[in-house]
Amino acid sequence: MSIDTVSTAHPETERLPRARPFVALVAILQREALRFLGQKGRLVAALVRPLVWLFVFAAGFRAALGLSITPPYQTYVTYEIYIVPGLTGMILLFNGMQSSLSLVYDREMGSMRLLLTAPLPRWWLLFCRLLAGSFISILQAYAFLAIAWLYGIRFPWIGYIAALPALALAALMLGALGLLLSSLIRQLENFAGVMNFVIFPMFFLSSALYPLWKMAEASPFLRDLCEANPFTHAVELIRFALYAKGNLLAFGVTAGAFVLFASAAVWGYDPARGFTARKA
Amino acid sequence: MAGLKIEGITHDWGARRALDKVTLAVEPGRFCALLGPNGAGKSTLFGLLTRLFVPQSGRIEVAGHDLSREPRAALAQMGVVFQSSTLDLDLTVRRNLLYFAALHGLSGQEAEHRTMAALERLGMAERAGERAGALNGGHRRRMEIARALIHRPKVLLLDEPTVGLDAASRAAIVSHVHDLAKEGLTVLWATHLVDEVHADDRLAVLHRGRILADGEAGEIGGDNLSARFLSMTKEAA
Repeated sequence: MSIDTVSTAHPETERLPRARPFVALVAILQREALRFLGQKGRLVAALVRPLVWLFVFAAGFRAALGLSITPPYQTYVTYEIYIVPGLTGMILLFNGMQSSLSLVYDREMGSMRLLLTAPLPRWWLLFCRLLAGSFISILQAYAFLAIAWLYGIRFPWIGYIAALPALALAALMLGALGLLLSSLIRQLENFAGVMNFVIFPMFFLSSALYPLWKMAEASPFLRDLCEANPFTHAVELIRFALYAKGNLLAFGVTAGAFVLFASAAVWGYDPARGFTARKA
Repeated sequence: MAGLKIEGITHDWGARRALDKVTLAVEPGRFCALLGPNGAGKSTLFGLLTRLFVPQSGRIEVAGHDLSREPRAALAQMGVVFQSSTLDLDLTVRRNLLYFAALHGLSGQEAEHRTMAALERLGMAERAGERAGALNGGHRRRMEIARALIHRPKVLLLDEPTVGLDAASRAAIVSHVHDLAKEGLTVLWATHLVDEVHADDRLAVLHRGRILADGEAGEIGGDNLSARFLSMTKEAA
């Protein structure tokens, strides 16, 4: 094999390209989108889980769970209608964790190193990655809402528009949590722990599958845990937004959790202070 | 001197000292081999040079830029080929290079032009549309070297870039990177393979986190660098 020489000659007068944050952002978004489109099974896999809940579990639970009229609902709703915002949140939660898994994989495989050696602020690179993951999450969430619409679970059309910022904030918050976890997880094998100790408790201790007043009937303590869970508030934000309504508490908690998780993730990835600095 | 300067770098992993007052200066246009057995501290040093983490003491200067004070300017002048492949195997060769170009601020025609020029020079233009995962090990390494040069860095760091390659691919890549140094690029080549070092190369022998020898390879190794390297690392053990 022979290799021709790559010329690296560059006169001193030539200006070296300055790293441009938005060029990097577009490239990272494009890369994630291409990877997503290239992995045909990923969309199907992401949708199967909530669809099984919707088509199978919800049908079974419908009879068992009586739902009273609580905001944003103005009338009795079927269980299927109740859980659609929760299942949309489930997509964002699992995708946020999937991003975390892929970050750990990237770090082990090296492509994370490539990203972190780009001449841009590290917080910006992490934010780009977070934004790209959230973008994919939102696409999946809308794909799920479209299937639910075809199944007959429909929200006011304005709700689908109003849900966009809610989905974006929820996806960012859960993606930031994934980012934080990826800075804590040393090896890919430890990811199973994330499933058991983060995803499942977050999902089941929330209002995704049952309203909190229902949980309070079983245990006020569990209800308090659900209330403290930021995923509950992300789900409620989406639920209200789908009816074009705001929920200030849900917005505040979701936004606050995003800031907290994102700040901790930036700290975790700081080359001087974070967890990565302690890795061999 | 605006090549690569490493001054008094010390780094511990818990109670274990990975690097102990490592000092090394590579002048521009020089090929410097960083020779060390497994566990010598080469990967820790590369982690510090690429700012994946920062040293507990000492300083690093890349093309005149202090890595801790001006990290972005220093990183902009640095091309890196990591030991493990950092290619996105699902994407095409061209897409991989364009992605990297964008991380360094290159876009549009300029990025396309430099990507295609780099691939052409490496004889890989016809592979531009192929998935990176479909390339063999030698071609992937060529592609990574081409990618590391897209932004025209002044310093090129390679961490055991020939691991897993067959003899012919290894020889071609070693010779190619030596040519790059002759054209003015500062090269730091980490390896544990003595036959990748030429007699007129700059050589730094790293063992157990300390520099045991630093100078012209021919002077350090005499007529048998391999034997000298083995005796040095045995003496120090």
